[in-house]
Amino acid sequence: MLEVYFQKAKLNEVIEQLIRLLRVYAPVLKGAYHEFAQIKTASDADLGFQNTRLSPKGLFHPHLERMFEFSLAKGDPQASILREVPKDYSPSVILGIRPCDARAFQVDDVNFDTSVVKDPWWVERRKSMTLVGLACNEPCSTCFCTTVGTGPFDTNGLDAVLVDVGDGYVVRAVTERGEELVLKLGLKDLVPDEAAKKAEEQKVSAEQSLGRLFDTEAIAKRDSAELFNAGFWEEVQFACINCGTCTFLCPTCWCFDIQDEVSGEQGERVRLWDSCMFPLFTLHGSGHNPRSQKLQRVRQRFMHKLKYYQDKYHQGVACVGCGRCVTQCPVNIDIRSVAQLMSASCIC
Amino acid sequence: MNRGAAVYANSPGDLFMEEFEVNNPYLPYPVRIDSVVTETEDRNLKTFKLVFLNPEDEAKFSYMPGQFAELSIAGLGEIPIGIATSPTEKGFIQFTVNKVGKVTTHLHNMQAGEIMGVRGPMGNWYPWDLLEGKNVVIIGGGFAFTTLRSSIIYMLDPANRPKFGDISVVYGARSPGLLLYKDELAAWEARDDIHMHITVDGTNDPNWKYNVGFVPAVTKQKAPSSENAYAIICGPPIMIKFTLPVLTELGFPPDRIISSLEMRMKCGIGICGRCNIGTEYVCKDGPVFTLEKLAQLPNEY
Repeated sequence: MLEVYFQKAKLNEVIEQLIRLLRVYAPVLKGAYHEFAQIKTASDADLGFQNTRLSPKGLFHPHLERMFEFSLAKGDPQASILREVPKDYSPSVILGIRPCDARAFQVDDVNFDTSVVKDPWWVERRKSMTLVGLACNEPCSTCFCTTVGTGPFDTNGLDAVLVDVGDGYVVRAVTERGEELVLKLGLKDLVPDEAAKKAEEQKVSAEQSLGRLFDTEAIAKRDSAELFNAGFWEEVQFACINCGTCTFLCPTCWCFDIQDEVSGEQGERVRLWDSCMFPLFTLHGSGHNPRSQKLQRVRQRFMHKLKYYQDKYHQGVACVGCGRCVTQCPVNIDIRSVAQLMSASCIC
Repeated sequence: MNRGAAVYANSPGDLFMEEFEVNNPYLPYPVRIDSVVTETEDRNLKTFKLVFLNPEDEAKFSYMPGQFAELSIAGLGEIPIGIATSPTEKGFIQFTVNKVGKVTTHLHNMQAGEIMGVRGPMGNWYPWDLLEGKNVVIIGGGFAFTTLRSSIIYMLDPANRPKFGDISVVYGARSPGLLLYKDELAAWEARDDIHMHITVDGTNDPNWKYNVGFVPAVTKQKAPSSENAYAIICGPPIMIKFTLPVLTELGFPPDRIISSLEMRMKCGIGICGRCNIGTEYVCKDGPVFTLEKLAQLPNEY
């Protein structure tokens, strides 16, 4: 695949060119944190970021999705009949997404895009977006991507990747779509030997800095019922306050609620992110709740990510090791420790 | 894994699933309420007969007994409800709804002629391919008799009746006034190709001519044979809990005891994430499970 190089001094020019071609989402510093947002000018983007506080999942699965609209007006022959809300699927690019976050979309694809059921909004946005990643030269202390089958230079979820080599960027196309974009940008400079060497060294050093913290295969092999009934859940759930921060930030947490909102005679059906941490998530109309206890909800989150997902889809865990839940949990629950408990061959 | 899906594949429902590829699976078909019947003396259960506004939608809504649908009321939301009609009944679909929360309470106040929506059909169904050539024992309690009504109508259809052996039904409610579909129950009682065992927990009615007793006790007393038979059981958890040992005693193995589960649902198509039991989504991989399958899943339902 195509591999080119450009000087850092040329970055803004490249981004401006991108903006002329496509709608561009990039990391933008807002307050104390970065987040992915649409940029109108190159100077809005800040590639000198570690990672965004919120994952970019909202670009495909927005926090609030307007699904349908309807009228409730008396006498309106179309009253109470739901209509699709028009969507804008203009071709877009996400610039600077981290490899783990891009890989997360593939983890979620098996949920939204199956052979029998397709979520139209997810599928259309996935089609419309080109993912240009930024390799991680210096992973955080809370990152564990290599343990869960991805990595700081993993290109599996990407169309193209940028590697920051100090004075410039090495650009590698990964897919046809990525290659097409690189060609459209008019980037032609060959990668200098030094830059190629540096990129490779950075990859090795970034991967070595991460290590392997637990064994996902061991969790796959464990008996599900035995794990479900394990004694350690009591300890794991003790401090949890069911705030839902972990699920909100997580790039692979896709659960949602559907609600109707009415204003006057007009209404909308919307979907909103929901969380398995909340008791209402599973409360039956009868009052029965299969996960009424905090322990059951905490266990569900970890079992879903690390065990059920593996058992159902046979393609690894539903975690990409971004570490957001680790850094943002107000009571310091650490998925790495939980995974270690789950993967231990003996839990006595 | 996904045994339910594997066992019940290659059935007509697959056709509707393919429809999902072109249609927005969250968009309800518009329907008109054709009639509303109050089923029980406590007025908590009503049956809604719905007719599709667009006739082509009825063809897309191709279902099998045991499946459910999301009933949609614009401005209030959706509720997952078992389909009470059988695919052999054409031109309409029916749902019997218990008044429980916001959507169902509103629905109970709706009248014939009003417009609402239906999304589906959803989930798997009773394993009709496996049930062919077998005796079928149906055990129901309370208002969990809706998809069982669908099943009975389906099996009694002249085109289908020869495919099944003996059909036995144990159906119980707390009192005679709480039984669903009373006219149909009486008509089935009069037939000789279905063995009906209607029962109530208790009654003061001197004219009550059927059984008195809880469903597990009546099942034990009537002792339907497990020979070449499958049992389908739906009802309140307490009824199921005490009936399962009776079925085991009668010789039904776990893979021949079939049940249907309820769960809080939103999407109904296995995407929104809330109705799982372990690896299985009740809305998509269920709601129909064998006791054998349930035994492999976490006890969280």
